[in-house]
Amino acid sequence: MMDEKLLLAMLMTVSIGAVAGYLGTLMLSKRMSLVGGPLGHLTLPGIAIALIYGFDVSIGAFAMLVLAIIVIWLFEKRTKLPIETLTAIVFTSSVAVAFLFLPAEEVEMALIGDISQLTLSSTILSVSLSILAFIVVKTIYKKIVFSAISEDLAKSENIKVDRINLIYLLAVALVIGLGIRIVGSLLTAAIVSIPAATSRNLSINMKQYAYGGIIAGGLAGMLGIIIYQLFAIPAGPAVIISSAGLFLLSVAFRRT
Amino acid sequence: MENNQLALSVKNLTVELNKQKIIEDLSFEIKKGETLVVLGPDGAGKTTLLRALLGIIPYSGEIVWSVKNTSYLPPNELMQRKEILPLTVGDFYSLKEITKNRVLESLGSVGLEQNLFKKRIAHLSTGQFQRLSIAWALVDKPDTLLFDEPTSGIDIGGTETIYSLLHDFWVKYKLTIILVTHDLSIVWEHADNVLCLNKKGLCYGVPEKALTTENLRELYGVGVKYYHHKR
Repeated sequence: MMDEKLLLAMLMTVSIGAVAGYLGTLMLSKRMSLVGGPLGHLTLPGIAIALIYGFDVSIGAFAMLVLAIIVIWLFEKRTKLPIETLTAIVFTSSVAVAFLFLPAEEVEMALIGDISQLTLSSTILSVSLSILAFIVVKTIYKKIVFSAISEDLAKSENIKVDRINLIYLLAVALVIGLGIRIVGSLLTAAIVSIPAATSRNLSINMKQYAYGGIIAGGLAGMLGIIIYQLFAIPAGPAVIISSAGLFLLSVAFRRT
Repeated sequence: MENNQLALSVKNLTVELNKQKIIEDLSFEIKKGETLVVLGPDGAGKTTLLRALLGIIPYSGEIVWSVKNTSYLPPNELMQRKEILPLTVGDFYSLKEITKNRVLESLGSVGLEQNLFKKRIAHLSTGQFQRLSIAWALVDKPDTLLFDEPTSGIDIGGTETIYSLLHDFWVKYKLTIILVTHDLSIVWEHADNVLCLNKKGLCYGVPEKALTTENLRELYGVGVKYYHHKR
């Protein structure tokens, strides 16, 4: 019989994993998969503050991400430097600052996540926010694909590319903020990049690709929690190892 | 000049990007149903001109469209991106919210098989993809088509096909076409007017009058040796 804590962990991990996989398919199309990593890292000051003052780490992480993404977005508009360069500047600075005051005993939790202290309310919040993120991503999905093919073409079709990109980046912030609950700040690139790549291997059109990301992400979350329970290894790494396993399978059975 | 026949009027257009003047004080007009070929060497501001006409970059001066429905095809950008997503021909049309019947009709209009609907764009040949781009650009029945280097990367046979297709659509739908190219041979067969652009407008008018040897030398430098007048 599944105990309540495990059920909560399963619910939360599957929903966050699924939406991260879905968003990841867009990030892959914009060649931004790796950005999930630095974005995860730059949440560290937010996590550190949350741990010191005892509030939810996702709130600290999300606040930090929104701040960072707005800063990156403004820099990009002003300098036209590639987003990845700007992200590198902002995330390394954040990590450096975080280590000035991150409590030593909390380092592991901050880096690879911890789902052992889940409560019903925090699970409901995470699941609701995952659903919200899903709706936001679904609304902008085609427009982002369009602008990934050609920004000029999208603009010529009256798509407000700047606005759509900002919404997209906020969705990324939300999903990464949720993701650090499971996998910590070190491993967030995995939850957005691996399921998308798995889906890319197995899909032959855009719909399959998008929904494949959801399935691969959700399934990795479920398998991860089962492994966490059976072998008592941390949930974050377990989810990612499961996801990598699914990816290897997709390489063997790829259709494209 | 019958002004109600104008599709586009551009006056004193200046485009500055990163504090550099890309286009300076350019003026020209296009009548409805006319084909204007914008000619110039690489880096002359041709693509920038199209982007300004589309209103997707800031500019000073005046751009007045008298037609509403314009369609744009950027240069080869689509080709570079096609491998990333498992995008099918159908998916490509779905970005424009087009019904399947109209998609099939559109494919037929450029001589593409209907069974390409489910085919991945990455698996199309260059020629098929170029036909697809034209069909895709015209599926909304635009009255004006802005076309940037439509035949770059295509062999001579393919180039002929693209232009004869464009010509057919031009005749059938009375399209206004703005065509950017560095290929002089296009001008003689298809242009009503030609605009030579190299930051400034160096010549403008019917090809026979605008493309004097002096103008071409000024446009391209001294390298234009193999220039032939067809008629």
